[in-house]
Amino acid sequence: MRLMLGVVALLAALALPTAALAKNCPQTTLGDIEDEVMCSICGTPLGLASEAPQAQRERAYIERLIADCRSKDQIKRALVAQFGQSVLAMPGDAGSDNDLGDVLVYAIPAAGLVLAGAGIAFALARWRRRNPEKRAQAATAPADSTRVDHDMERYDL
Amino acid sequence: MRRLLAPIPIAVLCAVVALVALLAYGLASNEPDRKVENALAVGGREPAPHVNLPRLSGNGDVSLADYRGRVVVLNFWASWCDPCRAESPLLQRWHRRLGKSNATVLGVDVQDVDADARAFVAEYGLTYPMLRDGPGDTRDEFGILGLPETFVIDRRGRIAAVQRGAVDEQFMREHVLPLLRERA
Repeated sequence: MRLMLGVVALLAALALPTAALAKNCPQTTLGDIEDEVMCSICGTPLGLASEAPQAQRERAYIERLIADCRSKDQIKRALVAQFGQSVLAMPGDAGSDNDLGDVLVYAIPAAGLVLAGAGIAFALARWRRRNPEKRAQAATAPADSTRVDHDMERYDL
Repeated sequence: MRRLLAPIPIAVLCAVVALVALLAYGLASNEPDRKVENALAVGGREPAPHVNLPRLSGNGDVSLADYRGRVVVLNFWASWCDPCRAESPLLQRWHRRLGKSNATVLGVDVQDVDADARAFVAEYGLTYPMLRDGPGDTRDEFGILGLPETFVIDRRGRIAAVQRGAVDEQFMREHVLPLLRERA
């Protein structure tokens, strides 16, 4: 009886970590990863490269790693080891050590948009200052419109 | 005229010019590098780009310069590429033939999962040296657009022939055999 209880306790002890591990697996999904990595030979994000043979192999590789219970970051690092940094679609992603470059990738387009907006606003303001007579015409336009409406009412169409 | 100088037409014009310039740049940068073919067309041979890559087996690096003095059939391939499967038995046969003439086939596995590539090598029983280029940097250096592509390099390290696509018996006979008679 004691032996029996011992065996049961041992089996339970062995089963516990396996059950805990199974509970946390899989840690990520293919859909979660494929938008953040590239199909390097197609030059597009993996999610968009549906038919390319290299993309299908890359997906199969990711699925093997997901089945191995790897996390998203671990899978990305494994992809970098296979295909180099260019496999990462998102700047500042796992494995990248160029912090300044990652910041600039976001900062330069944002600065460009702000500058372009400021430039257009400045040009519009200048244009309006240079064309006061047009603005005066625009200001009288509602009055003209009212007069036309009154004139039209006098005619019995 | 004054209407044309208003900011909105100018902004639209700038946007159109920028888009056209971007399109032109995109087309120009996708133009394949045909330096090798151009040299071959006038009877010249371009020096092969520098190649230094790890072995697919993981045992150290190999440089193309190590093969100076030998004729090298440099074949770029990947395990996911169907035409590469078709040409592999032929390359293996030629590698056995070339061994007696101080020449070799040298494979470069490009943008591939290393385990898949090793399975491919085992499946086809390929015994020639295999290098690995995971990021595919050599594609730019050799102007490679698709796979497979094969460059025949003479004993002086110059590209003597190129095949964009799978090689066949006729290509090997026409472009490799004459090089075996050349001196370094």
